[in-house]
Amino acid sequence: METKSILKQKLLYVKKNWLLYVFFLMPALFITIIFRYLPMGGILIAFKDYNVRLGILGSEWVGFDYFKRFLSSPDFMQYLMNTLKLSLYGLLWGFPVPILLALLLNRIRSVGIKKKIQLLIYAPNFISVIVLCGMVRMFLSPVGPLNQVLGSNTNWMTMPGAFRTIYIASGIWQAAGWSSIMYTAALSNVSKELEEAATIDGANILQQIWYVELPAIKNIIVIQFILSAGNIMSIGFEKAYALQTSMNLPTSEIISTYVYKIGLLNGDYGYSTAVGIFNSIINVILLLLVNWVVSKLNEGEGL
Amino acid sequence: MEHSKIKLGTLDRIILAIGYFLLGLFVIAIIIPLAYVVTASFMDPNVLNNQGISLRISDWTLEAYKRVMEDSMIWRGFANSFFYSITSTALSVFITLLAAYPMSKKELVGRKFFNTIFIITMFFGGGLIPTFILMNQLRLVNTIWAIIIPGSFNVWNMILARTYYQSISKELWEASQIDGANEIQYFFHILMPLCKPIIAVITLWGFVGMWNSYFDALIYLNDATLQPLQLVLRSILVQNTPQSGMIADIQSTAELAKMAELLKYSTIVVSSLPLLVMYPFFQKYFDKGVMVGSVKG
Repeated sequence: METKSILKQKLLYVKKNWLLYVFFLMPALFITIIFRYLPMGGILIAFKDYNVRLGILGSEWVGFDYFKRFLSSPDFMQYLMNTLKLSLYGLLWGFPVPILLALLLNRIRSVGIKKKIQLLIYAPNFISVIVLCGMVRMFLSPVGPLNQVLGSNTNWMTMPGAFRTIYIASGIWQAAGWSSIMYTAALSNVSKELEEAATIDGANILQQIWYVELPAIKNIIVIQFILSAGNIMSIGFEKAYALQTSMNLPTSEIISTYVYKIGLLNGDYGYSTAVGIFNSIINVILLLLVNWVVSKLNEGEGL
Repeated sequence: MEHSKIKLGTLDRIILAIGYFLLGLFVIAIIIPLAYVVTASFMDPNVLNNQGISLRISDWTLEAYKRVMEDSMIWRGFANSFFYSITSTALSVFITLLAAYPMSKKELVGRKFFNTIFIITMFFGGGLIPTFILMNQLRLVNTIWAIIIPGSFNVWNMILARTYYQSISKELWEASQIDGANEIQYFFHILMPLCKPIIAVITLWGFVGMWNSYFDALIYLNDATLQPLQLVLRSILVQNTPQSGMIADIQSTAELAKMAELLKYSTIVVSSLPLLVMYPFFQKYFDKGVMVGSVKG
């Protein structure tokens, strides 16, 4: 009896508010289903010998062949480790910099100077990946300015050992300033009285940072950390691909660039999809894992 | 204001000094590459090749800019990028703002279900090839729609907009209802004007993101006339092939190499200047956006 009346109530709501569904929600649902969910069905081709004429459903099953092939190939470990290392080192080096920047900016008393510095350090964020990588390639080329200054002619872009440093350093150059916005905004909400009270109580700068400022941005740090850690395996294709040379591939080939090459350039659809799925699964596991760990540490508060 | 009266201890001074030093270092590290690119773009190709930049006026030339400005591919890239960014942003902002409205209503029947459907797509997808096959079957490959339509709903922005709507009093809707307005009228005439900050933020983010990306175009657009600026730049800067129109008159290989290097610098300046000059004017909206984004956190 009761469930029936609840159902009736719900139907009545939908009937009365049909505009909400038909006008407001429909376009987004349409886009999501067509361009996000239909491709998920295409995941089937990771288990099939895809043939354009037969289509996805008509192609023959091959089971886990592609997964076995990838997992048993010597490249597998290398690409997986390249992806993980590039992300992890990037997180390790890159994550603290915006926090440090925000704490430093917070110490500048002159509003004018602070604004000018902010405007300047945000600027690289508006340079495109291609231009950034173009600049990196020019600066580091054998005839580029860095070699002119050093009086050498090293070609760093062809050195596998230099790739990660180049990638991560240029990433910090481009994004650290911009990423500090959030922390700066949160710090500007810290009541000045609290800081002054701390100062009067004899707290030195380090103590103020530890007891007043860091607690104020703790939540943002946690959220940012979960988000970045959850994205470890989805590290961007665009930048890695634009910094690759045929010589630095031993460290610069990551899963996303590999998926693109075997899939679209070599036309090995099934294999490429299998590798992509593998990547997604690790990513989801990592996200859940990090969220779980953080919520344990953070008194039950995850994302 | 009381700060000047509070004396800093020795330790504090040392810490502050180190802090300012580090900040200064970072600022310099940001400036030098940018300043170098701008200066180098005005150099004579031979000077640039032999000694890098020089401050003697006689070593400066506008040669590279002339060549870049006269190249039709750069301009077409600009026009294409502008078109893609404007249309995709407009469509995406519209659809996203619409969807956020019902999702902001706690009493919406099916809210949880729709929410789950949307959130899943943030973390899981079909991947490159299945999406490509679908786009191919829909006959979207090599058309501008491949760039514009698939991204025209953004879950993250929907969450931001939804949170923003929820901060606006519900009584406003109840009052409009009494005045005889339906949801559509309320949305466009009452709610939207109140949401300018969040609209500005997701519009700017959308535009900048689209302007600077190249992945979708790389995959879906083969036709050179459809290519956005970033793909034109990619061939000049990353693949090392200057547009043939820029260097058609140069015969010697050595000259060509020097000019190609110089052209990269001026191309960077020409292509990056619009956003770099414009962004300070929009800075306050970006700042607001951060506040909006952190409402939830």
